[in-house]
Amino acid sequence: MTVTYQVTITLEYRLMVQYIIRRTLLAIPVMFAILLVVFGLARAIPGDPCKSILGEKASEQICERFAEEHGLNEPLPVQFGIYINKVLHGDLGDSIRFGRPIIVMLVERLPMTIELAFAAMTFAVIVGIPAGIISAIRRNSAIDVATMTLATIGVSIPVFFLGLMLIYFFAVALKDTPFALPPSGRLSPGLSATPFYEVWGWSVEEDTPRFLFLEFIANHFLFNSLITADWEVFFDAIRHLILPAFALSTIPMAIIARITRSSMLEVLGLDYIRAAKAKGLRQRTVIMKHALRNALLPVVTVVGLQLAAILGGAVLTETIFSLPGVGLSVFEAITSRDFPGIQGLVIIIAFVYVFLNLMVDLSYAFLDPRIRLN
Amino acid sequence: MATVAQIPDDNIADIHDYKSNSLWRLTLRRVFRQRSAVVGLVILLVVVFSALFAPVIAPYDPYKDFIGVEGVKRRDGPCIHLLGCPESQPQFILGIDGNARDVFSRILYGARVTLRIGVTVISVAVLGGTTLGAIAGYAGGTIDNIIMRSMDVILAFPFFLLAIALVFVLGPSLMNAMLAIAIVSMPGYARVIRSTVLSVREADYVEASRALGASSLHILFKRILPNAISPLIVLATLGIATAVLDTAALSFLGLGAQPPLPEWGTMLGSERNQIFSAPHLVFVPGIAISITVLAFNLLGDGLRDALDPRLVNEGKSG
Repeated sequence: MTVTYQVTITLEYRLMVQYIIRRTLLAIPVMFAILLVVFGLARAIPGDPCKSILGEKASEQICERFAEEHGLNEPLPVQFGIYINKVLHGDLGDSIRFGRPIIVMLVERLPMTIELAFAAMTFAVIVGIPAGIISAIRRNSAIDVATMTLATIGVSIPVFFLGLMLIYFFAVALKDTPFALPPSGRLSPGLSATPFYEVWGWSVEEDTPRFLFLEFIANHFLFNSLITADWEVFFDAIRHLILPAFALSTIPMAIIARITRSSMLEVLGLDYIRAAKAKGLRQRTVIMKHALRNALLPVVTVVGLQLAAILGGAVLTETIFSLPGVGLSVFEAITSRDFPGIQGLVIIIAFVYVFLNLMVDLSYAFLDPRIRLN
Repeated sequence: MATVAQIPDDNIADIHDYKSNSLWRLTLRRVFRQRSAVVGLVILLVVVFSALFAPVIAPYDPYKDFIGVEGVKRRDGPCIHLLGCPESQPQFILGIDGNARDVFSRILYGARVTLRIGVTVISVAVLGGTTLGAIAGYAGGTIDNIIMRSMDVILAFPFFLLAIALVFVLGPSLMNAMLAIAIVSMPGYARVIRSTVLSVREADYVEASRALGASSLHILFKRILPNAISPLIVLATLGIATAVLDTAALSFLGLGAQPPLPEWGTMLGSERNQIFSAPHLVFVPGIAISITVLAFNLLGDGLRDALDPRLVNEGKSG
């Protein structure tokens, strides 16, 4: 008996590892396609790339050297090869607007966006899933109708308008009350987050890859202040994150609530649920233990898809709340027509999206044995 | 058992009507039974009405500024004579904007712009997506692979971001913003059409048509595509809502409609820093966008409940 059991476990384990490897390898052609599209778009920009990057006043000679340096005289496939090679070495070009390599901006600004996206998704999940479950259980009741109406309204309000309304109510109308919330920035003026490696007295040489990595971790203010127990910064950062995260979360929240409801309704009609009820189990047990597990599978897929909405919406939210993340950088690069900046930032955000979707797919395999066994 | 005889009268009427009604009339009746569809339709009629009759309803030219007119200051709030605003001043029921133009007139004309955006974007997306999906499904093999993989590439990006990148390359203008949103919405339609084509390509009635010597185009349009019409209508209605939202968002970022065009996203975007001093300039266009998008979403939901046979069979879920 025990032997068979072990064999099954090993087999399942091997299938799981195989699935993880296969799914991870699948992400490579996707990233390649993203690079190809962005490269193609960059080349499709009308006009001389030299003049668009260095400015209209660049002389013939300078442009000649620029073309030489950037391999612009080579045939397109070779240029693409050079480009891929650069990206693989972490060189995404320099932003003109910020006068820095994109990769350094990523270290400074991506953590903000990650924290915002994480907070928004957390909101969406912890409100959306229970709302969907309750709607399904109390189908066609007042609470169901109200929730679904709210969900329809939720997907209809533009993120940028909702953000501005929240600013108006929480920073203008509720000013000087305990409910007031800050309308912009990551931290209140005067506060700053001391990087954890400084607090812990690690010696780090600047501009080394190790420094960039530690800096990247430390720029997650919530995480950094949490591990250094800097509660003032921690709660201040949270207060600054509430409004933008809520503005960003409404659309995914509404969609998650709807999917949870319809998926739950479908599962509740299945025979095994009737059997569980017939056994005399309490409704709570039937819902939480039997139905929820199966009903949540489609929800996981939707969470993955909604990450696209969150990452796209981050451009709007960060712009409105003046949050220095990659979304705001995209906006600033647009307004200053910073071609290499946009190019690098779009690639970064698209890669983050691919990575997060990979994580969602892998978590799916843990939740649903059918996926990894097929 | 007695229950058999207890079929309510209106059900009998239903069965009777079923024989004499066309599919479209039946569908229409089912749509009107959906409360959300009716509410959406009513709101939409109001928006269409304001767009059509904007020149009649609007008190002023949407481009006319009132700079230098006595008693009129930029970004003034609403001035309504009935509510005690002095008769000596011109009446602005929704206030005036940063260029001293009447917000109410601009909102009315903005309805024209917005409806045009929604309908155009989705027409282009549906046409493009249908063509690509039909070719992919009908041709199969390499062509299918090339088309569907390129659709997958579009889906690999967060779509608002891809739209931003596209407009950035094409140059900011309302036309380019609409084109960008149309391109990024195409894969959804292509997938629906392709799967319909694949599922009925080998059906007997298609085979019969082919045996009678019908051309591929005839088979595609007359025999295959009608199968996809109801999911397409639902997708397109909900798609208009998204298209309006996203085009407004691009305009808000300065990548879409350019001032002085009375486009709601642009109106909101250019006055967004006035949220503290003149909130009406943010609220009025914001509410206009929300209501229009809500109308399309309600109508789309209602249509889905009415047209999707799977949902009809299991009762009203979703």
